[in-house]
Amino acid sequence: MKVKVYKCFRILGWDFTITPTRFVLTGLVALMAATVLLRLLTGFQFVTNLTDETPWGMWIAFDVMCGVALAGGGYSTALLVHMFRYKQCEVVARGALLTSLLGYILVMAGLFLDIGQWFNFWRPFVSWGYTSVLFEVFWCISMYTTILSLEFFEIITERVLVKKLHRHILKILPVLVVIGLVFPVLHQSSLGGLFLIMKEKMFPLWWSQFLPIYFLMSSFFVGSAMVCVETTLARTAYGHEIPHEIMLKLTRVGARIMLVYLLMKIYDLFSMDLWGYVFQGTLQSNMYCLEMLFGIIIPICIIISPLRKTRGGLLTYAWLTVLGVIFNRLNCVFTSMYESGSYFPGIGEIIVSAGLVSLGILIYCFLVENFNIIGNARAVQVKIDKDKDIKNLIWALLRTKRH
Amino acid sequence: MAVLVDITKCIGCEGCSVACKMYNGLDFKAKPRNIKDGHLELDDNRWTVIQEFHTANDSLRFVKKQCLHCLEPACASACFSKAIQKDEKTGAVVYYPDLCVGCRYCMVACPYSIPKYQWNEQFPQVAKCQMCEARLSKGDAPACVSACTTGALISGDRDELIKKAHEIIASDSRYVNHVYGEHEVGGSEWLYISDVPFEELGFKQVSDTPVTNYSKSYLSKVPFFAAGWALFLAGLTYYNHRVEKNKKNQDDENKDKED
Repeated sequence: MKVKVYKCFRILGWDFTITPTRFVLTGLVALMAATVLLRLLTGFQFVTNLTDETPWGMWIAFDVMCGVALAGGGYSTALLVHMFRYKQCEVVARGALLTSLLGYILVMAGLFLDIGQWFNFWRPFVSWGYTSVLFEVFWCISMYTTILSLEFFEIITERVLVKKLHRHILKILPVLVVIGLVFPVLHQSSLGGLFLIMKEKMFPLWWSQFLPIYFLMSSFFVGSAMVCVETTLARTAYGHEIPHEIMLKLTRVGARIMLVYLLMKIYDLFSMDLWGYVFQGTLQSNMYCLEMLFGIIIPICIIISPLRKTRGGLLTYAWLTVLGVIFNRLNCVFTSMYESGSYFPGIGEIIVSAGLVSLGILIYCFLVENFNIIGNARAVQVKIDKDKDIKNLIWALLRTKRH
Repeated sequence: MAVLVDITKCIGCEGCSVACKMYNGLDFKAKPRNIKDGHLELDDNRWTVIQEFHTANDSLRFVKKQCLHCLEPACASACFSKAIQKDEKTGAVVYYPDLCVGCRYCMVACPYSIPKYQWNEQFPQVAKCQMCEARLSKGDAPACVSACTTGALISGDRDELIKKAHEIIASDSRYVNHVYGEHEVGGSEWLYISDVPFEELGFKQVSDTPVTNYSKSYLSKVPFFAAGWALFLAGLTYYNHRVEKNKKNQDDENKDKED
């Protein structure tokens, strides 16, 4: 049995674990910082491949659209746990909250980089363009990030400022939870609403008057899938085990919504008479078929078949769903408005996106190792080799609390 | 203020595009950024361009392209900081760089893909025809219209120009019986008549419904939905709270009995 516990520095009571992966991630973040500086000082020309034909590139499509959808895990879990009393799922609630918060902070960072006159970012707060769906998105995302941070303060104040703040936060928490469930629902749907105005530009398979509802539903079912993926990753890194039944219960709610999504999509095909486009064999129709088959139909098949009872089956469902929703968002931004296809993300855009994700992972690891998020006061990173007795050892390690 | 473009009268002298560059202080030396299917497209230093089209029966037509100044502008409706507004008096769709954040939603929202971006600037702004709004408010015609020597561009009141356009079409059988811009996505200030079908001249075929209708109808439902959802959640929270309280009381009673 070989367990490798990585070096962990404790500076002023805070744990900083160093692993080879984190060296690489830190390197990526440093590279991103340099690129960001270049971008903010010189504009878009050296960093991005954006053109007049594709004014929205990777930062919007991947960092913002996908980031917000994947951060849907926070609100969907909160909705189930706090509102519909899926009490067993409470173990994943804090992890989901943290991923959401990080997701939103990174989305805000991505948005900030993507706006041309970034010193003007506060304009919509005073100059109200209320006819724009983006106005709603902007307000909701800023509000929701604030609310999420406050909610997360409950966890932070368990360790810091315990006496001064913790009980006040606990008192307002129910209010925060309710508000924190209104905003995400609003802006997940309004992200879809952004595309309503592009009726004349989008390929008909993606445009629908139900786009806001589609985006809301897909963010809901990708939420539970993302929690599933994330807890699996946390399991490999921290030995944090979530019972299979709980994960299954969570994902099945999502899968039901997914079925409704599929039915509505099919209804759209009939009501707007779009079947001709589906099997046209062009780039757009092929992408649409791929998206629907691998992102929706196969996951539904997995969840209604006995495969769901195996860990691998559920994980496949989760990954397919996550990739399917990413694919859907990319399709909405790029494929559906494809004209001559000259856009491919520039090296700078990729560096920044990768750097943002790395930053997220680093912050996640730091917080998990210092606060009670996945069930222990502090998690300890261990490297798992495939050994059956290892679980006991990990739990023993995890139970070593500070003090 | 509206403009009627009679494509049959344009000789492609580029007087209008030169006038536009001079009046708006655009860079004459800037290389064309966008060329599509062999046609010069608009860019940040070209707010208007003349495109050449060889038609089926081998005749040459010149099409002036610029912002159409829609009656229901998608760009203005899409702007979340009001940096693009439709001037009530002149009808021009005007861009205010001071308010612009640079999100480029206007570029994506415009059904004709008219707004362009200063990609080479440190703090880029959106670039599009402003219909020489300062000239219009003084009662002058836009710079390009004043520069037109052949009468291909006529400015005036929109209703009168539409009437005139239909008169021209009726008086000459060579014209296509269609005024482009009369109904397209809700109509625009710039109107075109032509003797060659508009599809052959690179005009986009769009429906008559303003695209702003879709986002408007969505946004009008949002407040009710938000209020309903918030009330539902608050009710549910209260219910959950009561359930837990009752459970606690019951547990306490049971405990008392046991004692």
